[in-house]
Amino acid sequence: MVIINFTPLTALAGGSIIGISVFLFFILNGRRLGVSGIASNFLISKNNRIDNLLFLIGLILGPLIYSFFTNEKIEISITSSLFLLITGGLLVGLGTRIGGGCTSGHGISGIGQFSLRSIIATITFMVIGILTVFIKNII
Amino acid sequence: MSKLVSLFCGIIFGIGLVISEMINPTKVLGFLNFFGDWDPSLAFVMIGALIIVSPLFYLFKNKEKPIFSKNFSMSNKKEIDTKLIGGSILFGAGWGLVGLCPGPAISSMAFFNVNSIIFVITMFIGFYLSDKYVMKSGISI
Repeated sequence: MVIINFTPLTALAGGSIIGISVFLFFILNGRRLGVSGIASNFLISKNNRIDNLLFLIGLILGPLIYSFFTNEKIEISITSSLFLLITGGLLVGLGTRIGGGCTSGHGISGIGQFSLRSIIATITFMVIGILTVFIKNII
Repeated sequence: MSKLVSLFCGIIFGIGLVISEMINPTKVLGFLNFFGDWDPSLAFVMIGALIIVSPLFYLFKNKEKPIFSKNFSMSNKKEIDTKLIGGSILFGAGWGLVGLCPGPAISSMAFFNVNSIIFVITMFIGFYLSDKYVMKSGISI
């Protein structure tokens, strides 16, 4: 293991902003924020549908608003392999809905309230994510 | 008012994803490349979020009602079951293949990246399929 590209300060700053969003959503709207929950419930459930849609629109507006106030290039480099995109998208959709949360729901909201369930889920998807990348690098 | 809060929370969440660079799948894959050239940044994003969230959740845990809504929607789920583990395994595999989880996936569509859009569409198909064939109840943390 060699450590590269490590950006601890912007990571902490961005993470804190995400934390503020999670806390405000909790104290103002009474909900524990998890993006997979919001996105999948928007598709499937009638409850809070407009709220959920507005949050998703906000997620897209956030980067756009930020880009108006900065000259730095916002880099998004993503695979162009259709096979990886489609398999990955399906697995993330299936897995987060079945497992009851994603990096934000389990990893921040869940661990933030010391939920054992969320701690175990987060360790599981991180270990599997690391193994997947490890195997991908071998193939 | 709750609708304005939802929009606002989405916007600042999205800004947090850009500042932390978690919107970039290559950056996330750097974190998951633990056995190669490792980029620990994602762990610091979680630490940054948890430093804010955990004490505040704890401080307000006995609050009776939220400010703009009738009650807290709480999940009392405690069970560690096959759905939790199985779902997290599937999610981890998809996350490792592309480097996108749901938040960054949706935010990364902001710049009309076709590959992000393909990913998000199939992710929504995944939500639908799991709801139709695996789950009968709504998602909760």
